[in-house]
Amino acid sequence: MALYSEKVMDHFLHPRNVGVIEDADAVGEVGNAKCGDIMKMYLKIKDDIVEDVRFETFGCGSAIASSSMATEMIKGKPLSEVKNLTNKAVTEALDGLPAHKIHCSVLAEEAIHSALDDYYRRRSETEKASD
Amino acid sequence: MNIYADHAATTAMSEAAIDAMTRCMREEYGNPSSLYKIGQRAKEVLEQAREDVASVIGAEPREVYFTSGGSEADNQAIRSAALAGKKKGKNHIISTAFEHHAVLHTLEQLKAEGFEVTLLDVHENGVVRPEEVEAAIRPETCLVTVMYANNEIGTIQPIREIGAICRARQVLFHTDAVQAAGPLAIDVQAENIDYLSASAHKFHGPKGTGFLYARKGVPLIPLINGGAQEKNRRAGTENLPGIVGMAAALKETVALRDAEAARLTKLRDRLIEGLKEIPHSALNGDAEKRLPGNVSFCFEGIEGESLLLLLDEKGISASSGSACTSGSLDPSHVLLAIGRVHDVAHGSLRLTLGRENTPEDVEYIISAVKNVVSYLRGFSPVWRDLQSGKTPFIL
Repeated sequence: MALYSEKVMDHFLHPRNVGVIEDADAVGEVGNAKCGDIMKMYLKIKDDIVEDVRFETFGCGSAIASSSMATEMIKGKPLSEVKNLTNKAVTEALDGLPAHKIHCSVLAEEAIHSALDDYYRRRSETEKASD
Repeated sequence: MNIYADHAATTAMSEAAIDAMTRCMREEYGNPSSLYKIGQRAKEVLEQAREDVASVIGAEPREVYFTSGGSEADNQAIRSAALAGKKKGKNHIISTAFEHHAVLHTLEQLKAEGFEVTLLDVHENGVVRPEEVEAAIRPETCLVTVMYANNEIGTIQPIREIGAICRARQVLFHTDAVQAAGPLAIDVQAENIDYLSASAHKFHGPKGTGFLYARKGVPLIPLINGGAQEKNRRAGTENLPGIVGMAAALKETVALRDAEAARLTKLRDRLIEGLKEIPHSALNGDAEKRLPGNVSFCFEGIEGESLLLLLDEKGISASSGSACTSGSLDPSHVLLAIGRVHDVAHGSLRLTLGRENTPEDVEYIISAVKNVVSYLRGFSPVWRDLQSGKTPFIL
């Protein structure tokens, strides 16, 4: 049996939404290089909808695949839906991950939540500034 | 394209070994402990294999004990010396920080049983210093165990010097020679080795077979109790096909050794030269004192498992010491022992060349690794921070 499902390998070998959004409305970064995993998510948000998303990941095959899958799952979705994305949903969409790799999907969930936090923080600052 | 470059993990069985084994399985099914002719013939085959193995390392046949592999031999040698030491009130063992887990975990267990263990530094170049072995020896030291060559970074240890020190100080000396037996010329007499462990599948023999050399007169207790096989030191009917396959593979490896060492050293050095062109990379371990086929690198800003998977897609089988490939949170203890920090150790790659590799393979590997490293760095946030100057380069 292969280490990873075909879905994981597909997303690892052909990652979707790779890259950077220079004028992103939100950026989330989680993990650290010491542990061998860092994920960075860039969001472009309009009318509370994720218009575009890009990621950069330093990590193993499942970390790259989890990031890629997570970006696909939130692209074009309203923030109300995006904030409910769970690592379980990412894992299921990938047809499962080996037990010791589940933390990669957790990282993907956390990266998106960290980006959303950044978005709301920025928004409240803009609102304060315009008050 | 299929390039096997993980010979430190295991090697393909040689035709000579397969032939010897199948012949043995067909013709010598007798139990070497039986007194009738077919049993006694099997016994002769067994003893011939013992002679063949012994002659390769300068030992007497009766000093060679067949085991299930390197791990068993390591366990038996260390435990035997330790328990004999304990009886004389000696409970101190000296080893190194980058031993194989077969040694380190045995030492951990002995620590729990009351032994004291000193793990020597292997320094940046991955080589133990004999004077530090000497300085660590105490009146209560019962064993020094230092590997002949490291399995991850390929560095060859000053075994002869350490052997001489141990002999002079009357301390037993064991070496895990799993990576060295076969590719390197070993002489247990000249090098004052008391115990030596080896494994057949590292030199094109079968898996599940190895041997322990134990000098005549040194303590040796069985790990497996039962019949009187192996002079009461290892019970159980001998794995005759495996033993015969090991002897055939070892003889062949020794016959090819000098030519292979010269050829592989050239390939290795070309591979090192090619990979050094990758910016912010570094060779792990001493460039000279290393096994002919071993190349170990760290590349900053990428993670080893994704590197391996992409190389696999290009038909290259290699290995890494990253946490993700070790199944733990920490990268390889060997890379940490030579002072590589976690961030860098995660981006490690081990390529170990062997008999079937060609100069064309090496050129293909160089270009594949260059491509994959640059592809992965292209979307690595760590690499972005390094390049923008946000965090300083380590390599």
